[in-house]
Amino acid sequence: MEMLSGGEMVARALQDEGVEFIFGYPGGSVLHIYDALFQTSKVPHILVRHEQAATHAADGYTRATGKTGVVLVTSGPGATNAITGIATAYMDSIPMVVISGQVPSDKIGEDAFQETDMIGVSRPIVKHSFLVRKASDIPETIKKAFYLASTGRPGPVVIDIPKDITNPAEKFEYHYPDKIKLRSYTPTVKGHSGQIKKAVKLLMSGKRPIIYSGGGVIQGNASDYLTALARALNVPVTNTLMGLGGFPADDPQYVGMLGMHGTYEANTAMHHSDVILAAGARFDDRVTNTISKFCPTAKIIHIDIDPAAISKTIMADIPIVGPVDVVLKDMLAQVKEYNSNGEVSLDHGAIEAWWKQINEWRDAHGLWTAPRYDTTTGLIKPQQVIESLYQTTNGEAFVTSDVGQHQMFAAQYYRFNKPRRWINSGGLGTMGFGLPAAMGVKLAHPEADVACVTGEGSIQMNIQELSTCTQYNLPVKIINLNNGYLGMVKQWQDMQYSSRYSQSVYEDSLPDFIKLAEAYGHVGMKVDKLSDLDDAMKEAFSLKDRLVFMDIYVDRHEHVYPMQIAPNGSMRDMWLSKGERS
Amino acid sequence: MRHIISVLLENEPGALSRVVGLFSQRAYNIETLNVAPTEDPTLSRLTLTTIGDDSKIEQIIKHLNRLIDVVKLVDLSEGSHVERELMLIKVKATGAQRAEIKRTTDIFRGQIVDVGSTLYTIQILGTADKLDAFIEALGEATIIEVVRSGVSGIARGDKALTL
Repeated sequence: MEMLSGGEMVARALQDEGVEFIFGYPGGSVLHIYDALFQTSKVPHILVRHEQAATHAADGYTRATGKTGVVLVTSGPGATNAITGIATAYMDSIPMVVISGQVPSDKIGEDAFQETDMIGVSRPIVKHSFLVRKASDIPETIKKAFYLASTGRPGPVVIDIPKDITNPAEKFEYHYPDKIKLRSYTPTVKGHSGQIKKAVKLLMSGKRPIIYSGGGVIQGNASDYLTALARALNVPVTNTLMGLGGFPADDPQYVGMLGMHGTYEANTAMHHSDVILAAGARFDDRVTNTISKFCPTAKIIHIDIDPAAISKTIMADIPIVGPVDVVLKDMLAQVKEYNSNGEVSLDHGAIEAWWKQINEWRDAHGLWTAPRYDTTTGLIKPQQVIESLYQTTNGEAFVTSDVGQHQMFAAQYYRFNKPRRWINSGGLGTMGFGLPAAMGVKLAHPEADVACVTGEGSIQMNIQELSTCTQYNLPVKIINLNNGYLGMVKQWQDMQYSSRYSQSVYEDSLPDFIKLAEAYGHVGMKVDKLSDLDDAMKEAFSLKDRLVFMDIYVDRHEHVYPMQIAPNGSMRDMWLSKGERS
Repeated sequence: MRHIISVLLENEPGALSRVVGLFSQRAYNIETLNVAPTEDPTLSRLTLTTIGDDSKIEQIIKHLNRLIDVVKLVDLSEGSHVERELMLIKVKATGAQRAEIKRTTDIFRGQIVDVGSTLYTIQILGTADKLDAFIEALGEATIIEVVRSGVSGIARGDKALTL
């Protein structure tokens, strides 16, 4: 059997696991591992400029591909810098393996240089974690980490490795296990057939049914089954922020995103529905608005791989624990069975009336049936930028975003027809996510158009990654909706704090983003006239092998609408514009 | 309602901190907690008592089950079970009090396990209620120190929490 040091085992195990990229940053505690990577590894390593970006890049790579992302950081500040990205992945159930260096075993607990209790610090934001105590445990620990991260409800797993464990002078037998079993971990592989029958019966007998599809449908590769089920029953579908692309936006059965900035027709249809099929969604507070007023007439079917997600905030009438793809496939088969044996039949008349009602809502206030923003100001509206991006890329781009107004405009106006194209930090709401995530996406899909929709606030939270993009030639397109404010903060201050802009204004402190992009060797483009917008967008995307930073000066006072009224509102209670309520 | 949740836990470093961390992270309440290895050295048995309505207890159980180090668990309060807690209590015992405390201890079927010229240390075994009652019976003025093990429990009959 082959003899390897602990450091070499880390490098080799990652290779044997089929890892395509390692995102990381070296430091004292991981130098043995980095030396082993240098000498033996065939896995490319992407050197980021800040460990937070390593986690977001790995995360973006994962969201675009479904493959587990890998991060390598040193102890102490390296590990703590990774925390925000680990928490981001945890909240959105993204599989990730984070290997952190640790001070030597005999120094742990002595407040050694660059020591942090990474297992302790990361504990509430990981699916599981390991502190490696012997080098010979490394292969099995890495195998377990990938297995845990990627199965069941996915999530990040931390492996903390003390420096002495990776000592190049000590060699051990290396064998990478093909399979791993954990007695305490057996994710469900199939939904309960009795529950599935009941669920299909309820869904088919609904007079005002709706499908509420979440990030689980994307992560669980269940889009095709979801789409087929929805079409078989002619049921309207709304996607969550995390679920965009799970059901195609161009399909007439799509009623748009739901929730705080969801469409009028999606939120109103949810409120008036009599049956909700929640697939891989978790009734987040940004969806439900006030719990006690949530969808008063609806019976709820809830499919989730994680039993703890079911009936956490909203009680499910028919819970189904299982992988959402397998459950939806079984539901589809059940629909066919009911159709052929006639035991349950659709109330076509009721469904027709339901669609008539939904289409009236859509015609009245839908975001895509007519412009719902003022097109007469002559200013560039942020919504128009997203429409232009959508047209220019034919709806085929991978779009990452940061957090704030730009994120909501992108979610509302870019029409995602495929899963894994929309990549954003939904649960944690992490500013600084967009650019490093776009790097991970571009590495995974070098031929595809990758756009990072951001704002002048968010982009500055990880702008140092422009340098990484130079080093690895990652020609992403940065669409910076520049309004000179922390836009979403300002919107809330406008609506709830009488426009007192406490710390949401940059005044004259913003950098010249054009020069900044150029300083890193990229192309900068300033757009401040509406008439230039489409041509500039086309030009940016025609520069296939260049990173283009589009600094777009948008209307400084635009708000995101619809916006649910909180606190104490129901799903259908929304602001539709600055002066109009639902 | 109070529930006794008994958990078989991987006997791994950090496993206990994951359980305790879960309770603080999700704002659940722990009334008592104890943990010790079992006859199988790879497993620890952890018993905790917590208070909550049915939906909260359901969430607690689901989240405990989600922890990778949790192998198996049972809510003992759901069926008939034996519940025991050990208390050691050091009390001031002088003059007439000495006989009175001895009598009370006998009534509660406790034992005096250490004797000093002015002190008794008493051992009492029973349900949490019984231990509470004993403390009340003593009267607070005489109590120097109280140590309680936290509740342990086991299901009655054939039911068993094993692998």
